[in-house]
Amino acid sequence: MSQNFRLPTGGRVNRAKTINFTFDGRRMSGLEGDTLASALLANGEHLAGRSFKYHRPRGILSAGAEEPNALVGVGADEGHYSPNLRATQVELFEGLVAESQNRSPSLRYDWAGVNNLIWRFIPAGFYYKTFMWPRGAWTKFFEPRIRAMAGLGRAPRAPDATTYAQRYAHCDVLVVGAGPAGLAAALAAVQGGQRVILCDEQNELGGSLLSETDAAIDGIPAVRWLSETIAQLRSAGSVQILTRTTAFGYFPHNMLGLVERLTDHLPGAASGPRERLWQVRAKQVVLAAGEIERPLVFPDNDRPGIMLAGAARIYASRYGVKPGQRAVIVTAHDSAYRAALALYQAGVGIAAIADVRANPQGGWVDLARKAGLPVRAGCTITGTSGRLRVTGADLAPLAADGTVGASERVSCDLLLMSGGFTPSVHLFSQSRGKLVYDEALGAFVPGAPAEDCWVAGACRGVSLLSEVLADGFAKGASAARAAGGGPVPARSFATTQAPATGGGFAGALPHGKNPASVRAFVDFQNDSTAKDIKLAISEGLRSIEHIKRYTTTGMATDQGKISNMNALGIATDVLARPIAQIGTTTFRMPYTPTTFGVFAGYARGDLFDTVRRTPVHHWAQAQGAVFEDVSLWKRARYFPLPGEDMHQAVARECRAVRAAAGIFDASTLGKIEVVGPDAAEFLNRMYVNAWSKLKPGRLRYGLLLREDGFILDDGVIGRMSDECFHVTTTTGGAARVLTMMEDYRQTEFPELKVWLTSTTEQWAVIALQGPKAREILAPFVEGADISHAAMPHMSVVECRVAGVPARLFRVSFTGELGFEINVPADYGRAVWEAIFAAGQPAGLVAYGTETMHVLRAEKGYIIVGQETDGTVTPDDAGLSWAIGKAKPDFVGKRALARAGMGEGVQRKQLVGLLTDDPQVVLEEGAQLVADPAQPPPMTMLGHVTSSYWSATLNRSMALALVKNGRARIGETLHVPMPGRVIRVTITGPVFYDAEGIKLDG
Amino acid sequence: MLLITCPFCGPRPELEFGYAGEAHVVRAQDPREVSDLQWTEYLYQRSNVRGVHAERWRHAHGCAQFFNALRDTTTDHFVATYRIGEPRPDAAVEAGR
Amino acid sequence: MQRFSAFALVKHALSGHQRWQPQWRDATPKPAYDAVIVGGGGHGLGAAYYLAKEHGLRNIAVLEKGWIGGGNTGRNTTIIRSNYLFDESAALYDHALKLWEGLSQDINYNVMFSQRGVLMLAHNVHDEQSFKRHIHANRLNGVDNEWLTPAQAKEFCPPLNISSNMRHPVLGAALQRRAGTARHDAVAWGYARAADALGVDIIQNCEVTAIHRDAFGHVSGVATSRGEIATRKIGVSAAGNSSVMMGMAGLRMPLESFPLQALVSEPIKPIFPCVVMSNTIHAYMSQSDKGELVIGAGTDAYTSYTQRGALHISAHTLEAICELFPDFRRMRMLRNWGGIVDVTPDRSPIIAKTPVPGLYVNCGWGTGGFKATPGAAHLFAWTIARDEPHAINAPFNLERFARGMLIDEAAAAAVAH
Repeated sequence: MSQNFRLPTGGRVNRAKTINFTFDGRRMSGLEGDTLASALLANGEHLAGRSFKYHRPRGILSAGAEEPNALVGVGADEGHYSPNLRATQVELFEGLVAESQNRSPSLRYDWAGVNNLIWRFIPAGFYYKTFMWPRGAWTKFFEPRIRAMAGLGRAPRAPDATTYAQRYAHCDVLVVGAGPAGLAAALAAVQGGQRVILCDEQNELGGSLLSETDAAIDGIPAVRWLSETIAQLRSAGSVQILTRTTAFGYFPHNMLGLVERLTDHLPGAASGPRERLWQVRAKQVVLAAGEIERPLVFPDNDRPGIMLAGAARIYASRYGVKPGQRAVIVTAHDSAYRAALALYQAGVGIAAIADVRANPQGGWVDLARKAGLPVRAGCTITGTSGRLRVTGADLAPLAADGTVGASERVSCDLLLMSGGFTPSVHLFSQSRGKLVYDEALGAFVPGAPAEDCWVAGACRGVSLLSEVLADGFAKGASAARAAGGGPVPARSFATTQAPATGGGFAGALPHGKNPASVRAFVDFQNDSTAKDIKLAISEGLRSIEHIKRYTTTGMATDQGKISNMNALGIATDVLARPIAQIGTTTFRMPYTPTTFGVFAGYARGDLFDTVRRTPVHHWAQAQGAVFEDVSLWKRARYFPLPGEDMHQAVARECRAVRAAAGIFDASTLGKIEVVGPDAAEFLNRMYVNAWSKLKPGRLRYGLLLREDGFILDDGVIGRMSDECFHVTTTTGGAARVLTMMEDYRQTEFPELKVWLTSTTEQWAVIALQGPKAREILAPFVEGADISHAAMPHMSVVECRVAGVPARLFRVSFTGELGFEINVPADYGRAVWEAIFAAGQPAGLVAYGTETMHVLRAEKGYIIVGQETDGTVTPDDAGLSWAIGKAKPDFVGKRALARAGMGEGVQRKQLVGLLTDDPQVVLEEGAQLVADPAQPPPMTMLGHVTSSYWSATLNRSMALALVKNGRARIGETLHVPMPGRVIRVTITGPVFYDAEGIKLDG
Repeated sequence: MLLITCPFCGPRPELEFGYAGEAHVVRAQDPREVSDLQWTEYLYQRSNVRGVHAERWRHAHGCAQFFNALRDTTTDHFVATYRIGEPRPDAAVEAGR
Repeated sequence: MQRFSAFALVKHALSGHQRWQPQWRDATPKPAYDAVIVGGGGHGLGAAYYLAKEHGLRNIAVLEKGWIGGGNTGRNTTIIRSNYLFDESAALYDHALKLWEGLSQDINYNVMFSQRGVLMLAHNVHDEQSFKRHIHANRLNGVDNEWLTPAQAKEFCPPLNISSNMRHPVLGAALQRRAGTARHDAVAWGYARAADALGVDIIQNCEVTAIHRDAFGHVSGVATSRGEIATRKIGVSAAGNSSVMMGMAGLRMPLESFPLQALVSEPIKPIFPCVVMSNTIHAYMSQSDKGELVIGAGTDAYTSYTQRGALHISAHTLEAICELFPDFRRMRMLRNWGGIVDVTPDRSPIIAKTPVPGLYVNCGWGTGGFKATPGAAHLFAWTIARDEPHAINAPFNLERFARGMLIDEAAAAAVAH
């Protein structure tokens, strides 16, 4: 199709460069510099979408971010497909593939258009009133059908093939919007010596100046002033200019979120990130976001070919496109006359300018009259004709008392409307600045700011170009001064006298028809009508928020940019209360829809979250270990030999540790060095245990509670010297424990001389466990006697292991003779490999966390987070022995004295479980009951915390928390499972070597 | 993302900090001397102020120090930050800021 | 009350829908009521409804400082489920779930309760252990909850990424089939309409500024922005503002109020059939009937009443959403908002009498209040009417904190070892 509606000259498109694209599979062409919307219009296409509810045919309404109708899916393949893009913002590029949405089978013939025939039965909120019977039919029958009808575009059918970037930035002055006000503000801020970021959502700077064909600024045409100003800003060196960049959110403390679109406008497979998120912290912000034109609300105001007047002017002057052949203009604002003149000059026939005002006056009106355009004052519109394109407008005289005379059909293929302009106060409102209603302007404008920000130009209701420029410059100067810059002398801008504009209307135009029989659209996309708003109010939904939610007005993808003021205007009429009292709905981020991916940024795949690996990780990986995630760590879970499953591998590892020796990577344990003259006293106050009498060179099991008395963490603590303790924590608890200790150290016990240092990453920890542990280790040890006599269970020495300085712990989490070798992390793998190799003849195996769990469970050792869940006290876990009874205080001690914590309450206690059938391994988390025949809800006495097949015992075994469990030892309980009941006997929690003989080898 | 002025390091983004709850919640010198109710008050009851709230932050990814702050919970704007042990800036100072 | 039905819609269509009555009267405050509910969210309106319907109180006012349903009721992600661990919690939430199942019919308002199933993802061994403990306990409590393998989870929710190469791969999921979503606004409006029909005064733009007590300490009334109101029973159901309200009666509460954010995408055709939750990587998502992907984020770190959260919190959730559902990475955030959630130390609510005679409180729901709406309202009404708790809410008292009898659902979901 050729561009029949392209004007021979004018605009910012490059007529030398034709761009080919497809829309719904039809090949079309446009020009470099076009948007998809302007290219469609150049091809005579207005029909671009279907509405949400009634599936009415819709055309291009606007030329910007507020577009509610012309939403398209764009993307040549699924990895680059985006739904719901505004055709008015999609830049044309060679090979662009676009499709219309929410229609089936085609845009012209949409079977769901049947909704448009039954509209009388589906007013606002109809779904609240029906679909209730029979019970359950909503989920199974009605909802799936309604859901199928709803939605606009479709989700991409493949993962996104592109990437995203993120950046933080600081500046003195951030200027949002690079129209005349924003440019002038940037000029002033630069003159004040400030670092400036200037952003604009469009592909080039200029805003309204890009379609400014009449005015001159300081004696030169506006477009030349624009290019000179941009050059001046670029050469200043202190301005970062961001085009295609939308400031979408205004966050506390002057942080703004910007999204920069980098590649969507480029043909082919562009390299580099698709979008970039900027999080800008600005000392001062200048908001110069402009304004948005309002439609008029009249019957059938939504047909393709009905446009905002200002948008039509932009298409003619910026894109060189004639949006129609014969136009009717309906307006309540002077600016439509300017649009009429521009179109007239572009060769569009002007059939009528219907002005609802009785006596329109002013420069543009005069110019239109002088040009001979047919102005009808005191004239309203009562309806339109046409299906896929408007064919006529019904114009009727409007008397001062609001009565509407007989209408006359005026044929047209273009109907332009203007209800005036709504300042874009979105970001200001997001910043929590107060909006105030300006009666004269008929709009909400910024009042007192809540952040360090200034508002300039049209977004605070200034409209005359010279004033906009001066206002922008003044605000830029003020911002620069407030940011610490020097004074900037005031500057005025001489513009050729463009006439001032005025007027405006919010609400529904009178039409004199039976209101029940017509639909005048307020929110175009969501199909909410003036009648819907009246219905909501008559049903008692009188708050503007209720109206919005009940009718969905303002909840479409333009978020009310088009509809909010008209909805307010209707509400104010019906409620007979001034707009200022009704107030506006809250503005929320984002200003325009913003890609999920740009928020996620680099956090994808392996970078989604930190991965912590031990020094031995890659060795384990090479051995074929299977890993599990424990907090951020990767831990080797088991080391299967070829053909082994987890069960077999773990059984083999367990037998080897009990019979010979095993080596285990315990490097993930948290480690904290507690140092200082008061180190012991500090630990006395933190842990339940007594530390003062622990001798240097000895270890003790430490138990840490929360202040509410429940177990938080545990670990072995070694006293290295009088003033130095080596504290270990659980893997997941390290940061939590250090933060808690620091908290008490700094805020509760500041008098104590003690210092805390995290050493988790400094030490590799190699656990060597089993009867042959000592004989394997001994040859590597220098500077210490590790014989039983010299180094008993729960002792520590500093020595060298494999030539490396080490803290050697004699400790066991398996019940066997054991050592934990702490060496500097960088040497961890070398020491590990040396010991592993040397131990082979003795039968040493590497084992993982699963075997560790089984072996410790056989001994009844708890794992915090498995046997405990934040509701377990030391006594519940059978750990009362650890408590230093004589201590006056420790964290959690006072809470343990509360009524619910101790005697007289049937608390759950740690016990062992043996199934009657030794082959049956209970499921962890399974519940215990006394009476398996009880119907639900059953009385549950406890649950299985750990459960394994024990190769050592050659049977299953489990640990459990059971109500009053220690008194039940010997009792039989039941574990009801789906389809069967498992009988278990309560035992003590220690299954292996209760006397502890094996600890000594 | 808030901008928080650490009394030791100066203004830093919120990501460097950990929030640590209400400030000036006093742990009894000798917890044995207080009643269950008083201990419950210490453990659980919070003023949860709608307005200027005294609270604790820790510059976790900085100097690691805990400090106190006054922040208006209706705006999230800080009135003051001050070191542990320093008295809460008095009402006159708050009003003057 | 005009009855809502398909027939009524057709009938009113003939008169151009100009004869619908207000769903509730725009009541002005009377000098005195038998009971006053403070807070016009789903919980407060529901409590008024059940007080009138089941306890014979008709002279009741609901006082709402803004517009009804404008707080957390209208700001949440509408997830409804009852597969909680502890007996007390399971009983409470399942009581609510059973009421949900008949709510539309009971109040003659389609609250669109959609039992599409809630899938909770397990990402590590600890999650798996924890979820299975929930499943076993739920089964014996008569609450449905089942374990799905990753493949079964994907079958239930086709957009889900179950690749084992994910940083936090999906190891399985717990599914409650009876769980789902409902239309939040409809819950507030439906209860308001049904309560109004029973004579309850729903008074909007009426902010309570003081709670009065008589010489014996019993409550005697409230001061409001619309005048004094005498009453002997006050039920506070004010969510994030509970501490402020209870402070008016001199009570300090075990509560902190945090910002909680949610967001929606632009509407798309049906693609997401259920609700998916991942507590481990902080992502909660469903698709509304309108087609928007509805996404919940985590709470901010600090207390706040601003009803807005930080960008990095919602960004963190979108990171998780994009990993779990990579096809949605190009979807766009349409709207983001925040609520104020009042959180207790054990993450379980309080529905109870207070030390002040005549003053009752329903608070502390944290991020989970919507799902409990009918149950909480029902039990709160019972507690107010009888001056004693129902057996189901008896454990959710204020004294549990002093006694150490916490119902610690947060701890039960515990942390990795």
